[in-house]
Amino acid sequence: MSVYPEYMQESIRRVEETRPARLGTNYPRLPLAEQEELLRRYHPDYKPEGKRPLRVGASFGELVPHEVADLLEAYPLVDPTRIDLSQVDYDVDVLVIGGGGAGTVAAIWAHYAGIPADRILIVTKLRHGDSNSIMAQGGIQAATKPHDSPAIHFLDVMGGGHFTNDPKLVRALVEDAPFIIRWHEELGVMYDKEPDGTMLTIHGGGTSKKRMHSCKDYTGLEIMRVLRDEARNLGIPVLEFHPAVELLTDEHGQVAGAVVWSLETEEYKVVRAKATVLATGGWGRLHIQGFPTTNHYGATADGLVLAYRVGAKLRDLDAVQYHPTGAAFPEQIVGLLITEKVRGLGAQPVNALGELFVHPLEPRDVESAAFIRECLPPEKGGRGLGVVTPTGMMGVWLDTPMVDMLHGKGTFQRALSSVYRMYIRFGIDPTKEPILVYPTLHYQNGGVVIDEWGWTGIPGLYAAGEVEGGVHGKNRLMGNSLLDYNVFGRRAGMAAAAWAKTARVGRLTLRHVERFVEELRRAGIPESRRAPLLLPDYRGQKTLARVIDLL
Amino acid sequence: MNQVGVETKTEMVTVFIMGQAYQVPAGLTILKALEYAGFRLTRGVGCRGGFCGACATVYRLPGDYRLYADLACQTTVKDGMYLALLPSTPAERKRYDLKRVKPSGETLLALYPELARCVACNTCTKACPQKLEVMDAVQAALRGDIAKVAELTFDCLSCGLCTLRCPAEIPHYHVWQLARRLYGAYLAPKAEHLRRRVAEMEAGKFRAELDRLMGLSKEELKELYKAREIEPE
Repeated sequence: MSVYPEYMQESIRRVEETRPARLGTNYPRLPLAEQEELLRRYHPDYKPEGKRPLRVGASFGELVPHEVADLLEAYPLVDPTRIDLSQVDYDVDVLVIGGGGAGTVAAIWAHYAGIPADRILIVTKLRHGDSNSIMAQGGIQAATKPHDSPAIHFLDVMGGGHFTNDPKLVRALVEDAPFIIRWHEELGVMYDKEPDGTMLTIHGGGTSKKRMHSCKDYTGLEIMRVLRDEARNLGIPVLEFHPAVELLTDEHGQVAGAVVWSLETEEYKVVRAKATVLATGGWGRLHIQGFPTTNHYGATADGLVLAYRVGAKLRDLDAVQYHPTGAAFPEQIVGLLITEKVRGLGAQPVNALGELFVHPLEPRDVESAAFIRECLPPEKGGRGLGVVTPTGMMGVWLDTPMVDMLHGKGTFQRALSSVYRMYIRFGIDPTKEPILVYPTLHYQNGGVVIDEWGWTGIPGLYAAGEVEGGVHGKNRLMGNSLLDYNVFGRRAGMAAAAWAKTARVGRLTLRHVERFVEELRRAGIPESRRAPLLLPDYRGQKTLARVIDLL
Repeated sequence: MNQVGVETKTEMVTVFIMGQAYQVPAGLTILKALEYAGFRLTRGVGCRGGFCGACATVYRLPGDYRLYADLACQTTVKDGMYLALLPSTPAERKRYDLKRVKPSGETLLALYPELARCVACNTCTKACPQKLEVMDAVQAALRGDIAKVAELTFDCLSCGLCTLRCPAEIPHYHVWQLARRLYGAYLAPKAEHLRRRVAEMEAGKFRAELDRLMGLSKEELKELYKAREIEPE
């Protein structure tokens, strides 16, 4: 018996009716001008009321979402004058903040570049590996096939980002890509292969060549767990449940480590480091414009806050990536990621009438805008052809049964086992019934400005992974985030190691925080605003209203 | 969603969190029910999407003797459910150098001799939230069939529930990680096209083309982008 209510089943019957005619055809890809029009009218980023210009800091005047401005224009969690910097708890060459993909790769390559394992320290907010990296499903891009080239990959990345990317960073991304896949193969990552060893590659949104390498639909999990295992073999120390709450500088303005805080014992610890790599990931848990998110629990933009206080510049933070296919039904999984690989394997998005309304593999922002146009009611400029769930979520159908029809029975379960498992748990068989999807907050396109070696421009501070910006411009393509954290994690790790070999750290200070506080006061920012956020608070309102701190 | 007053309209169920009764809306996952009840979690929570294994948990149902194991972020609460928090799974992991180990059953047994203590009780399989054939993987490991272990455990989230329940005290997920890397590095066929491409890159084959692209204006890049040949699906 279907778990879909009767009115949704009726819509599913229409999807089934149009399916035979749709199987051999597809919606044409939109010309650039039509893509731009769709984005302008329907993408959440194009709503001016969602953003405001920053009133303080190195990127003064830049537009960012209110949710992000509230954190960047905020006072420290602790009064900097109350922290005793005379007692150093950890003294290392390279400090890596963040234990996801970028941080782990940076630590490994700092070690390969000559820093002894015990002179490196990874600090992380949750457990080592708990990150968006581990949740990536679809794949990783690299031009490894003879008919593809780094230059074509370069064009795809630039076009996907609407030519707002930093070309130097894009070049580094595509030039290192084959090497990274090869490194993974040597480390034992189980990429999907033909019997002769040829790697299976498919299209992703916005790719012109099939260059998406995958490990079933657990690509992120497989790569992350192998990297973590390698870091453990190398003996790199990890301090878990210790988010960084401030960066440290010395009297010359060089970044010199961080103040970390134990989520469990609530004590702070001082980490002195010659070089610091910021690898704190993105911002999904800020729920920008009220969207649900695919992101892990700790994705709260802490790294942006820390870097901004020390004077780093930010870019492209006006561009939020909404993944077109977040789960919209059932309620338990709303917002969770349905990998683009489902569309890569032929599943089409169709409306409540069973009509195909967009090519399944437009760049993510264009695809999302098309879904929103389909769902919005006519009085709000949309077509009103979405399906509304019993809890009020909107969505369009992703016609998942097409995957097995196109590629043979058993393909879905084999190639998309995590999606299959997630729906089966809640009583929906995606090989028999379509699934309902709607855009969900997925990725921080922009971030801290870096050069091609991950250097932020502040002596001693490097950044890698989702926290940095410029690689993807204003829109990232599928499969380039796993690549990004590997390419720039490696580069930042090597650059940090090189810097650490000659750097001298002076007296530790938090003067930069004090100066930032003065700037906040001058700008009249309300004192109640605090950052970094560290974790979102999902406690029930009824309980929160009565909480008092007694123990 | 959780505003005061809304509860009266939503169907509520009673769950027992470490012995204490709480009323929570029906249809929440165990993770969201804990938060609704007022717990602010740092342990036992991670990706919230069924990938990281941090929220492994055990529960009981009224009138049922069984101890169930599952992921808190992927399991819906039921009326009368008895819930516990599992902060972590203690299990020793052995360090090794991938370049110095052989892809054989001896390697697995040398690092994890407790594998041989398996009594084939199948408790591990019953505890697996991913519904993997965990015991079959132990048996494959004992036979030295690394490829089979890798295949059977590919979807493992390292949540540790099998390890907590195992009477032979096998740290399954560490063994699986080792086996998968042995398979990927030694037994899986090598990608020849990848080896060739890396060699081409090192020889500088694509450098001039990229140099040229770097020198183009945005408008020129747009023209090239529009003219790309799209590989058929």
